[in-house]
Amino acid sequence: MGQIVQYIQSYLSSDQTPGAAGNMFWAFVYIMLVFLGLSVAVIAMNWLERKILAHMQVRLGPMRVGPHGLLQPIADALKLLLKEDLIPAEADGIIFWTAPFIVVLAAFTVFVVVPFGPTHAITDMNIGILFMLGVSSLSVLGIVMAGWASNSHYPLIGALRSSAQMVSYEIAMGLAVISAVLMTSLNASGTGTLSMIGIVQAQLAQGTWFIFKFFPLGLIAFFIFAVAMVAETNRAPFDLAEAESELTAGFHTEYSGFRWSLFFLAEYSAMIAVSSIAVTLWLGGWLRPFPNMLGGANWDRAFSLVPGAAFLFLGGLCFFNAARMPKHPFFRIQTVGLAGFGVVLGLIGLILFIPQVSVRVQDIFWFSVKVAGFMYLYIWYRGTFPRYRFDQLMKMGWKILLPMGLAVLILTAIVALL
Amino acid sequence: MAPVATPFFFYLLAGIMLIGGIMVITRKNPVHSALALIVTLLAQAAIYLMLYAPFVAGVQIILYAGGIMVLFLFVIMLVSIDRSVRERQFNSQWVIGIVAATCLGGLFIAAFTKGKDIFPDYAFPLSEGDNTQRVASMLYGQYMFAFEIASLLLLVAIIGAVVMAKKRI
Repeated sequence: MGQIVQYIQSYLSSDQTPGAAGNMFWAFVYIMLVFLGLSVAVIAMNWLERKILAHMQVRLGPMRVGPHGLLQPIADALKLLLKEDLIPAEADGIIFWTAPFIVVLAAFTVFVVVPFGPTHAITDMNIGILFMLGVSSLSVLGIVMAGWASNSHYPLIGALRSSAQMVSYEIAMGLAVISAVLMTSLNASGTGTLSMIGIVQAQLAQGTWFIFKFFPLGLIAFFIFAVAMVAETNRAPFDLAEAESELTAGFHTEYSGFRWSLFFLAEYSAMIAVSSIAVTLWLGGWLRPFPNMLGGANWDRAFSLVPGAAFLFLGGLCFFNAARMPKHPFFRIQTVGLAGFGVVLGLIGLILFIPQVSVRVQDIFWFSVKVAGFMYLYIWYRGTFPRYRFDQLMKMGWKILLPMGLAVLILTAIVALL
Repeated sequence: MAPVATPFFFYLLAGIMLIGGIMVITRKNPVHSALALIVTLLAQAAIYLMLYAPFVAGVQIILYAGGIMVLFLFVIMLVSIDRSVRERQFNSQWVIGIVAATCLGGLFIAAFTKGKDIFPDYAFPLSEGDNTQRVASMLYGQYMFAFEIASLLLLVAIIGAVVMAKKRI
């Protein structure tokens, strides 16, 4: 018994990731935490997307289930779980059955190497970024399988579109990533790194986020990645694979209930995954703003207050809206619920003010804030851009982004040599 | 850190590879064959990981499982499956088959029994930490010339494909 406790405690004093320390227990805990956090993030994204899109189109969005529709995602999840799970009679059973699991597996496995902080990653691999790109490219397989196994026209066309799009944008994406990896080699030893934690530490050592490095080369590489990642995740304006007006729902037309919700889960976690690649490579990962310029103990203390303040602000927002609720007895439960939600957020904020907590958690906070910015961009794109035509999409991938990526790569190499 | 390269994992992965390989040739439906091949390739990537070559494993996943096999599937799906399922699957060429199998089997048995004498008795340093850097310095240092020739060959193939596919250049 004492040995087990010691085994569990031995990790706490180390400054490694659980994978590097070889501690199975903490690796398991981290995996569970990441899984839980992702699920919560997907639920939150579901609500935020519907709400923000609605407000962009001057609608109210979900308002009925819970205050301001806050319980809508839970109601949706329940509905999906209780729905009948149909498999078309002519479908290829085994492939139809495994396809959603492959997509979900690919989308979740990627998070093994995502660095939420210098020690807050499940493990740190020597090939981190390569692993992320490789495993996330496996989700194409699931989509193609789903489209083919449905044995129906719309899914097949959707799957073909989707796979063509993902395979061609992967190249531009890879070139942009390589130019960022190249920047990590600008140190005394002259060797770069593919490890996700190493890339962020290189940015800390060089004193700049890679998006501002060799201006405007880093910015262009980031731009290429930012376009390619939207195409990779099949989101608007590149959502030809599931264009409602042409293909009903694309590759998952024949899926229903739980299996459909797996596709949904995979899509959103893939969005979070590619956003975290972008954050890690170009936006300094877990680093707080200006870690070098505004360094020192005082600034550290000031910035460590930000996570708590942010949660307090959100809690205050809830209270403000609870006060604005109509004073009708019908709305009493909703008002109390919203105020209770505000209390929970405020309590989290207060906990984050404790120095011991905030020291450990602020990396995760900054990483999540940056990723959340990307998630807002996704919704913003969907609300504002019209959908591309397929030939325009291919032209953009092969004739604009790919040459741009090559040029940026060569220029980065030249500038780095000079 | 305890090594993960235990015999158990080797036999597990080798078993998956063998089953996948047999499925590739016995399935009538070409899509099923292609998927079995993907399983085989992924198990192979895992074996590369066990050999402390993470870079090769990553490239294997990206190129074979993610890139080439998707294009394979892409083409197979557009072929009419019904006709290919009805076609005869194996051509019985017993003599050539037996000769090839005995040659290959003999080679394997020879390598297995005499392997200790043939291969150098030298344990390579398990340099998982800087595997990528080592591959890079080998590829762009010692084997620069061969690497460039290989990439030139691929370029010729790409240009050839474009010339064949496009009517008007």
